[in-house]
Amino acid sequence: MDDLMTVVDWSRWQFALTAMYHWLFVPLTIGLSLIVGIMESIYVKTGHERWKRITKFWMTLFGINFACGVATGIILEFEFGTNWSNYSWFVGDIFGAPLAIEGLFAFFLESTFVAVMFFGWNKVGKGFHLAATWLTAFGVCLSALWILVANSWMQYPAGMEFDPAQMRNVMDSFWDVVFSPVAVNKFFHTVFSGWVLGGVFVIGVSCWFMWRKRHVAMAVSSIKVAVWVGVVGILLTIWTGDGSAVVVARVQPMKLAAMEGLYHGAKGQSLVGFGVLNPLKEPGNDEPEMLFSVDIPKGLSILANHDPESFVAGIDDLIAGVSIDANGDTINTISYAERIARGKASHEALRRFDEAMAQGDTAAMDAARADIKKDFPFFGYGYYDDPKDLVPPVGVTFYFFRVMVILGGFLFVWLVGMWFAAYRKPTALENKWICWLGILSIALVWICSEAGWIVAEVGRQPWVIQDLMPTRAAISEVQSGSVIATFWMFAAVFTAMLIAEASIMLRYIGKVTKSNDEF
Amino acid sequence: MTTLEALQNYWWLLICVLGALLVLMLMVQGGQSMLMCTREEIDRTMMVNSLGRKWELTFTTLVVFGGAFFASFPLFYSTSFGGAYWLWMLILFSFVIQAVSYEFRRKPGNIFGTRTYDACLLINGCVGCILLGVAVAMMFFGAEFDVAKGNILDGSAPVISPWAPTHGLEAIVSLRCLCLGVAVLFLARTQAALYFLNNIDGDDRFAALNRRRVLINGLIFVVFFLGFLALIFFHNGWEYAPDGSITEVYGKYFWNLLDLWWFGICFVLGVLMVLYAIGRSAFDARWKRGIWWSGLGTVLVVVALLAIAGYNNTPYYPSLLNPEASLNIRNSSSTEFTLTVMTWVSGVVPIVVAYIAYVWYRMDRQPITPAEMQAPGHKY
Repeated sequence: MDDLMTVVDWSRWQFALTAMYHWLFVPLTIGLSLIVGIMESIYVKTGHERWKRITKFWMTLFGINFACGVATGIILEFEFGTNWSNYSWFVGDIFGAPLAIEGLFAFFLESTFVAVMFFGWNKVGKGFHLAATWLTAFGVCLSALWILVANSWMQYPAGMEFDPAQMRNVMDSFWDVVFSPVAVNKFFHTVFSGWVLGGVFVIGVSCWFMWRKRHVAMAVSSIKVAVWVGVVGILLTIWTGDGSAVVVARVQPMKLAAMEGLYHGAKGQSLVGFGVLNPLKEPGNDEPEMLFSVDIPKGLSILANHDPESFVAGIDDLIAGVSIDANGDTINTISYAERIARGKASHEALRRFDEAMAQGDTAAMDAARADIKKDFPFFGYGYYDDPKDLVPPVGVTFYFFRVMVILGGFLFVWLVGMWFAAYRKPTALENKWICWLGILSIALVWICSEAGWIVAEVGRQPWVIQDLMPTRAAISEVQSGSVIATFWMFAAVFTAMLIAEASIMLRYIGKVTKSNDEF
Repeated sequence: MTTLEALQNYWWLLICVLGALLVLMLMVQGGQSMLMCTREEIDRTMMVNSLGRKWELTFTTLVVFGGAFFASFPLFYSTSFGGAYWLWMLILFSFVIQAVSYEFRRKPGNIFGTRTYDACLLINGCVGCILLGVAVAMMFFGAEFDVAKGNILDGSAPVISPWAPTHGLEAIVSLRCLCLGVAVLFLARTQAALYFLNNIDGDDRFAALNRRRVLINGLIFVVFFLGFLALIFFHNGWEYAPDGSITEVYGKYFWNLLDLWWFGICFVLGVLMVLYAIGRSAFDARWKRGIWWSGLGTVLVVVALLAIAGYNNTPYYPSLLNPEASLNIRNSSSTEFTLTVMTWVSGVVPIVVAYIAYVWYRMDRQPITPAEMQAPGHKY
């Protein structure tokens, strides 16, 4: 068992490592592809060569980043097989389809037209090249759509039923998988956050040029495009983030409780604006939840249910069996102890089904099948004995949620401020403090973006598929030493890749800064 | 034949075609394996830029091949990737280091230097080809795994497809599997040289160099390929019955080639086309169209080989630990519903092929020249 848990933990670390590195590169690809598309459209529409040069400058940075996204992406797809082989079988009938569609629809689009973007300037016409740029941006979004459909399905399994004869889940509605409320919100929230990141990146790099008083016209023109992308992106990110909170409150209330460090909920529940968790607090004990906090009255009720007087359940409430229904009303749900019991009952029924099938006893199979169906919504709970094991890491979820929200708030103010500066008071762009804040904000937007994913993924633990399969039941039969070795192997490669990318980008920006070529 | 069986057959055919296209596109890896031993800088630059405009297509084909396998035969995905852990991880590692090498190799500030990135391309070129060949060889020679789906209920060891503790390393050191791996490598190198002849408008010396490469690599490929054919044709294969029982059959893959005669024709035609491309390219100093013959021939041969691995009641992933647990297209596929959905999705394939063909027709109308490499613009 110790080795099993070591394998589970290191497999999780390996997946987290890959996903977090991947997410360093992908949002920039999403955001920059849009910005480059807009810039090239301006070039094609106006015919001004300076816009072509501006487009090429940002396209070069896009290309440096794009390769790293591709490199880290391939590992993610195959790690479902290499490290989570049980998962691959248990839900492969559903989960494999979005991945295959992503490859067929999106990757070929990207890989074909990105080459035209870089090598096609003198080989194809302006219109064809512009189409290639937009098709690459479209391919990037399409790729995000399908991988987020897959991810969302893990958070909110829909459109499927369990087939005990095959010991796996099978798809019965493709559209339920694609259009689940979690998938729709997650897709838009993620893509819009990529726009924010792209906008902040372009503004930040442009601020560097402003500070150095080099290529000022190019920098101002770039900022004027980027602020639009950034402001629209942040507004839509906030809007879809609000939608995500409502959906999480419905389908993953334990995650919401962990995000707030909330153990005992109330009607008109306040939101912790900032606070320090009590490290002694555990489910079921009487310790206070927070050592210190600044609360926003009724904030969590508004966030979760859009109703300031509604009830929001805490961790202890959920374990005890108190929750909310789809309308936001307080109801008594099934306690975690009972879920565990029913999960174990479904396991037992599945064993009976397996034995009956081996003996060809159809009557016993039918009886077992009915029992499985009755308790299957709690199948994953059957792997546990203690409800406390079903609580996600509260500290990580709580603090990173605050990091995301606080930095998101800063980015909103920053982007709106930069929009006014760019369009109403351009001289403000020459202020060195604004320039430095712009450069600093590049790091902040990445921290914000990564924090969002940490909340989403850590907050759903211990589930790899919500309520149906915990991570410990999803793994491959690999020795822990092998997983540890590959973890460090990829950690070294990805880190080297990141350092090289940053170095190349900085060198290129530095070269352009010193260059006397006109922009 | 039931609808489900028809869909399973269709999806195995798609896997065969995707696998064949992947082997064709491995010419990128084959070309990479020749970069570091290319002395002239301008030659190397033209080769890198010729390959560099296609590397993402190979990469994408690999990803789609994996995704299609996952969607259509998830038990293979679960069993092979989780079991042959080291084999697949090393393949992935080699592709990860490839992905950034083209873009970074000559960029100022790349920290590790051009030679490091070229070494990454070399590693991917050799390791990627050989290990992918090894992975495919396991479809003929079997792998050391078992399948026990009931294990998913065992809280202490819940894995449904246990493997031998070597986790794929045993296949890497298997001479039989390596035989195909080496054949794939030298086929990829041959194809790359043929592609350079077609895609690069260099001087006579460069053309002669590539014709020599075609001949030498082509001959080595033929030797190892014949060795692989001998191993599978004069070797016991497996055959499953509708009740799931499995029996050993001597020369199973040879008989499959005869039983599935249309794939037999593909196979013979493909071999002849590849041999024609090698022979004529090596000795006809003006002929540059060998890649078309060799490319199409390769696709036909690989489709035929993968077809005889999975059709005609043949388990495409035989288990050496428990033959009854061998994977075949009937017991490892997705459900009829999912395969139907995916079949509708596959309707987009002709569109994808069409736009790729159109784009590359536009991009490759003019071969790469030394002058282009010296002109300003985006280059690797």
